[in-house]
Amino acid sequence: MFDIDIADLKRISELIYQKYNYDFRNYAMSSFKRRVLRIMELKKLSVDALLKKLSDTPGFVNEFLDELTVNVTEMFRDPSFWRVMREEIIPAIMLNHKQFKIWHAGCSSGEEVLSMCIMLKEMGILQDVTMIATDLDVNILDKAKSGVYPVKNMELNEKNYIRFQGTGSFKQYYREENGNAVFNKDLLMNVSFRRHDLVLGDIFNKFDLILCRNVMIYFNQNLQNEVLKKFHESLFKYGYLAIGSKESLIWCDYANRFIVVNNEEKIYKKIKD
Amino acid sequence: MNKFNLNNSYKAVVIGGSAGSFQGVVKILSQLPKGFPLPIIMCLHRLKHVRNGFVEALSIKSIVQVTEPYDKESIKKGSVYLAPANYHMSVELGHSFALSTEEMVNNSRPAIDITLGSCAFVYKDKLIGILLSGANRDGAMGMKHIHDRGGYTIVQEPAECMIDTMPKSALAVTKIDHVLKVDQIVEFLKELDKQYR
Repeated sequence: MFDIDIADLKRISELIYQKYNYDFRNYAMSSFKRRVLRIMELKKLSVDALLKKLSDTPGFVNEFLDELTVNVTEMFRDPSFWRVMREEIIPAIMLNHKQFKIWHAGCSSGEEVLSMCIMLKEMGILQDVTMIATDLDVNILDKAKSGVYPVKNMELNEKNYIRFQGTGSFKQYYREENGNAVFNKDLLMNVSFRRHDLVLGDIFNKFDLILCRNVMIYFNQNLQNEVLKKFHESLFKYGYLAIGSKESLIWCDYANRFIVVNNEEKIYKKIKD
Repeated sequence: MNKFNLNNSYKAVVIGGSAGSFQGVVKILSQLPKGFPLPIIMCLHRLKHVRNGFVEALSIKSIVQVTEPYDKESIKKGSVYLAPANYHMSVELGHSFALSTEEMVNNSRPAIDITLGSCAFVYKDKLIGILLSGANRDGAMGMKHIHDRGGYTIVQEPAECMIDTMPKSALAVTKIDHVLKVDQIVEFLKELDKQYR
């Protein structure tokens, strides 16, 4: 089994930053370490071999990123969150806007985007919503765009959907092809998938709702603070921000510009510019 | 008289458990000395989709209210923490929690190996690891990490366990300082508490 110390982790993040302009220097150490160890074991590389490969083989960095970023997600994760979205948050937005915009920040393989699209379709408003889904990792964005997932994941997704109390049948949204669940293309018609780096990227639009669930847990507190600042800027006044159920904003400088709308589901509302 | 050879240098107690561990954990928490000086960090296997109820059930008889920490929450002495549903829970060098939604480990999220391993890294020889009843091997490697970094290791007496796979797996991969019944674990914690008085 491989092991790695903090100094080596810093050498790796520094190299990736200097050479490829991806900034992992403010990632939470415990998970960053596990991710790097995982890659070392997967590729059978020592620390020095990994550093050498990253520095000598430019193509390798994409493979590295793909494994480094956490891309485990499920549709309708936390069904109670999605019920609050359907019954409280979306209706509240619609009081003032017939059409509105959602940003899925750190969308990974797109399960959450699809969940949103299915919910909006069942609410009859899918055509009124513009969605932008972004991720750092281009490979995972391609996967998200395709709307194709292993059929074996569908059991959990369907269970979540039933707990969410969707109004249709989950199976109506995809067809099975060679062990894959291929989701109906029209679900994603209003979604544009773009590469965007939460850490180094700029503000690019204004939104009524931002979903960024279980993404900032991989950042340290300084970086969480920086990213919250960007979300604040990217939200219209009275826009909503949703984070993971065990994430919290209370230690961020910008927290006082938000109020908690639903503490159990961690939904916040921007009240101050 | 200090039959466990304890001192007051320890910084944390970490407990792992799975099937059959609930009663043991309840017993430990209900007999904990008042004002216990260390944080108790628990990772117990639990249903992924049930967020509520577990921490409340554990708290009913517990001396200290059990909490599921938020990501980046600071670890406080004398508090009892439980890994939340569907998140892995690690400890960071600055003694705060870090949660993650990474792949399941040993078919589990939260995984005991992750909590124990990160505690071992942060607390080194200032850590006490306790592994209770359970039906899979999760926690065994974590106990090895604790031992390898000089920490104190305890498993529940396999004969007392509802399912003994977990403590037996730990015994197979690393040196365990004590094999104890739950009552003796309570006694151990009382003895530990005395070192800080």
